[in-house]
Amino acid sequence: MHEVALAEGVLRIVEDAAIRCQASRVHTVWLEIGALAHVEPRALRFCFDAVTRGSVADGAALEIETRPGMAWCMPCGEHVALAGFGDACPNCGSYQLQVVGGEEMRVKEIGVR
Amino acid sequence: MCTTCGCSHGETRIDGVPTPRTGSRSAFHHADPRALPLHRHADGSWHGSLRPTARPARHAAPLGAVHDAALAADRVVAIEQDILARNDAFAQRNRQTMHDRGIFALNLVSSPGSGKTTLLVRTIEALKASLAMAVVEGDQQTSLDADRIRATGAAAVQINTGRGCHLDAQMVGDALTTLDPAEDSLLLIENVGNLVCPAAFDLGETHKVVILSVTEGDDKPQKYPDMFRAADLMLINKVDLLPYVAFDVDAASARARAIRPGLPVMCVSATSGEGLAAWLSWIEHGCAAARNARDRNAEGLRRRVAELEAKLAAAARGS
Repeated sequence: MHEVALAEGVLRIVEDAAIRCQASRVHTVWLEIGALAHVEPRALRFCFDAVTRGSVADGAALEIETRPGMAWCMPCGEHVALAGFGDACPNCGSYQLQVVGGEEMRVKEIGVR
Repeated sequence: MCTTCGCSHGETRIDGVPTPRTGSRSAFHHADPRALPLHRHADGSWHGSLRPTARPARHAAPLGAVHDAALAADRVVAIEQDILARNDAFAQRNRQTMHDRGIFALNLVSSPGSGKTTLLVRTIEALKASLAMAVVEGDQQTSLDADRIRATGAAAVQINTGRGCHLDAQMVGDALTTLDPAEDSLLLIENVGNLVCPAAFDLGETHKVVILSVTEGDDKPQKYPDMFRAADLMLINKVDLLPYVAFDVDAASARARAIRPGLPVMCVSATSGEGLAAWLSWIEHGCAAARNARDRNAEGLRRRVAELEAKLAAAARGS
């Protein structure tokens, strides 16, 4: 359940931004979460709702945009899609893969009023 | 941890002393008993209330203007910030402190019961004549592990995470302040026994070392890929028990390397001492590399000299 810590991290970023732009309320939070990131989106939603109670983002909608997993396959010499760690290259079956995308955990933007 | 709200009650303790954490500025639901629906914790206590949180519709704005929330215009504000940025900033501070002191720092991660503490005790016993060492122990409760470490003569700090499931960089930074580890030393951080959550949190360590014991099964790397992906070394522990369990060392290594290509693997037994020579030699090489990196970095040396001069000035004022 490290999603509690992650949700608190989201809230801290959102609160700082809300103060900077003098917003009275945050109604939407857009996250960018990679398919390979250390987070379970369902658990994150649950924790986000819990930690934002009573905050400037109380009741805010959490919109999660999933980024696909991408790796550089050394034998193929090209970028390939990667659904999860431990998967082989879909083209050649090799495990000599360097992950290049899909580990993002970012607050992208917030909707305020 | 409360299964309704996921709360961890801010119970982090270092050597039994509560640590004030700089938390969220807004009222997290614990500060406001009205914020959550009424629910019951595992210990039987009740938490929250049936009343919803009141939110004022109108508020004062800068220059004395009054905004009505319903009328104010919606805006979208770009943020583009990593969720773990705050942890990573603390981790970077820890990394710099350790770099400037030539410290080789290992973050030991595994499931509970893999033999981390026994391995640490054996490691300290073997190296204490030649190397300064300090240990940060992470557990939800008790100082049993730090007590075991202190019995070897090494300095140890116990972090109790309360209901938290991992160490974070700020906890380790606080522990470093308490420990004040020596120049050219080895820092061993024993994370909370958990094969999931500690993978996400950089503590500022030089390497994460994952420990897998043969009683756990050789399919763990596939089941918990994040941890094996984050590690720079895998120790297969309790190999003295291999004759009694169905654990395939080659299969476990191959599965780990499918997730983390090139992952070095060492087979050890903290109980019998088998294979420990390679592990100890790996640590000694790491310590030498940390010392060299510090000695080659003029900026780091300058920071360390300034830090020591400040200490000297304080000591001179005190004497």
